[in-house]
Amino acid sequence: MRLFGQRLSVAATIGLVIIVVNILAAVLAPVVAPYGEADIIGDVWDAPETSQTVFGLDNLGRDMFSRLLYGARTTITIALITTLLSFTIGCVFGFAAAVAGGWLDMLLSRIVDALMAIPTLIFALLVLSVLGTSIPVLIGTIAVLDSTRVFRLSRAVAMNIVPLEYVEAARLRGEGLAWVMRREVLPNALPPLIAEFGLRFCFTFLFIAALSFLGLGIQPPFADWGGMVRDNAQAISFGGIAPLIPAAAIAILTIGVNLVVDWILSIHAARRA
Amino acid sequence: MLALLARRLALGVLTILVTSVLIFAGTEVLPGDVATAILGRSATPESIESIRKAMGLHDPAPVRYVRWLTNFLQGDLGTSLANGRPIAQQIASRLGNTLFLASVAAAIAVPLSIILGVMAAIRANGLFDRAISVATLVAISFPEFFIAYVLIIIVAVNLGWFPSLASISPVMDLGDRLYVVALPALTLVMVVLAHMMRMTRASVIGVMSSPYIEMAVLKGLPGWRVVVQHALPNALAPIINVVALNLAYLIVGIIVVEVVFVYPGMGQLMVDAVAKRDVPVVQACGLIFAGTYVGLNMIADILAIFSNPRLRRPR
Repeated sequence: MRLFGQRLSVAATIGLVIIVVNILAAVLAPVVAPYGEADIIGDVWDAPETSQTVFGLDNLGRDMFSRLLYGARTTITIALITTLLSFTIGCVFGFAAAVAGGWLDMLLSRIVDALMAIPTLIFALLVLSVLGTSIPVLIGTIAVLDSTRVFRLSRAVAMNIVPLEYVEAARLRGEGLAWVMRREVLPNALPPLIAEFGLRFCFTFLFIAALSFLGLGIQPPFADWGGMVRDNAQAISFGGIAPLIPAAAIAILTIGVNLVVDWILSIHAARRA
Repeated sequence: MLALLARRLALGVLTILVTSVLIFAGTEVLPGDVATAILGRSATPESIESIRKAMGLHDPAPVRYVRWLTNFLQGDLGTSLANGRPIAQQIASRLGNTLFLASVAAAIAVPLSIILGVMAAIRANGLFDRAISVATLVAISFPEFFIAYVLIIIVAVNLGWFPSLASISPVMDLGDRLYVVALPALTLVMVVLAHMMRMTRASVIGVMSSPYIEMAVLKGLPGWRVVVQHALPNALAPIINVVALNLAYLIVGIIVVEVVFVYPGMGQLMVDAVAKRDVPVVQACGLIFAGTYVGLNMIADILAIFSNPRLRRPR
């Protein structure tokens, strides 16, 4: 199989299939799911055989499989929005720092250094304790904290582009900062940023799952994978595997994205060589 | 070298100061102050006013910051909003528990990852090496709680070797404590092991391609001697860095692991405080965690300076 004129490796194909299945699950959840997100259809933690369902029932007697599908929707959408926001912030400031240089670069880089001095989780917990947990706060906080890493990369990439002739030419034509960033730097910085997008998505996705698991992320009644692990954690003490199902879903999607990212990076490395 | 050390120490202190400003600012400048938080729904303008006066909330922020930090350094971490008890009292035993768990995990993970990483480097691209790179991908993709629950199901529920809940108490002796923290420690080891192993391997392989190693190989030294005596000393600086980075990561990963195993540590306390929006407790825990993180990174840089033979001897 080929994608963008490049041969897909076996690993990349597996990764791509995982991603597509997850996206389909998220988009088609209301159509495919046999039960509703919050429908109670039987006893607590009924086994698949007794309840006639794929993965059995959860801690409130809701269908695990249906909630997994709806959970894909919530978790993936929020992680995707967060990553997009983090990239917008990180790239705009990163490119601006590289193109403008001088005091702007100095100021932005020091701010980023300061933000990165504290572990992300600690910082996020601090913000959440002050602002309370809601989806906008969650997205905003993680996007800002994560954009520091995007800033570092996009600045470094843009630094290599800025001294090139065509950027110089655009500047001499009298183009403004925004134009140079958008028309000259962005298109040429795109390939390394795409791979980074996958990695950042994995990070925000795992991060949101961890926060939800701690009870500080996405709040009920929305089904989300991290929260489902938390809800069903009690089942483990009598040997149930209920919390493992959403946890495995998280792990599988992350592996899938990582496999594709590795493939993109290897193409990139091969082209450079 | 002394100048280098002094500069690194100064940078570390500066970082901790900036961190403390951020933690203070993050919780003080944002909307809603402590007085309204304490009173909650029973707040009237008069009662808010009197609490603000009593807590010195009318002073300008820089004054409050300096007061908070000096009190903190003297061991007065403030008062919890949720139960009105001094925070230092609540944190003391939990900090000990968290440090105990982290040190057990580190004591296993660090030597193990260096040994395995060097083994992978000796036979680069061999079977063992490739197994490690798969393990790394898996380890970075699995959330901590997934690893934890898999371990609970296999080791605690099916095999029954270790307890699934890590309820530790001060009266236990060391053996009992180790028995209780076995599973949380194992989880943390698995979380950081792969990454440390991979970086050890990468830095040893990096050194292996240098001319003096080729010389050692050509004069007929056995492979393990080349790696252990010639390559390892020069690969030490990056390895120390990775170890510190992962120990710092351990400090963060421990929060999730403590919640999974219901371990009475500081991570658990911090998460509870965030849920209750008990800001002073979150601040105190946050500053301790962040300080440890910054401190570990600083120690790593200083050790790296010491491990560099070019810097060790004055010219």
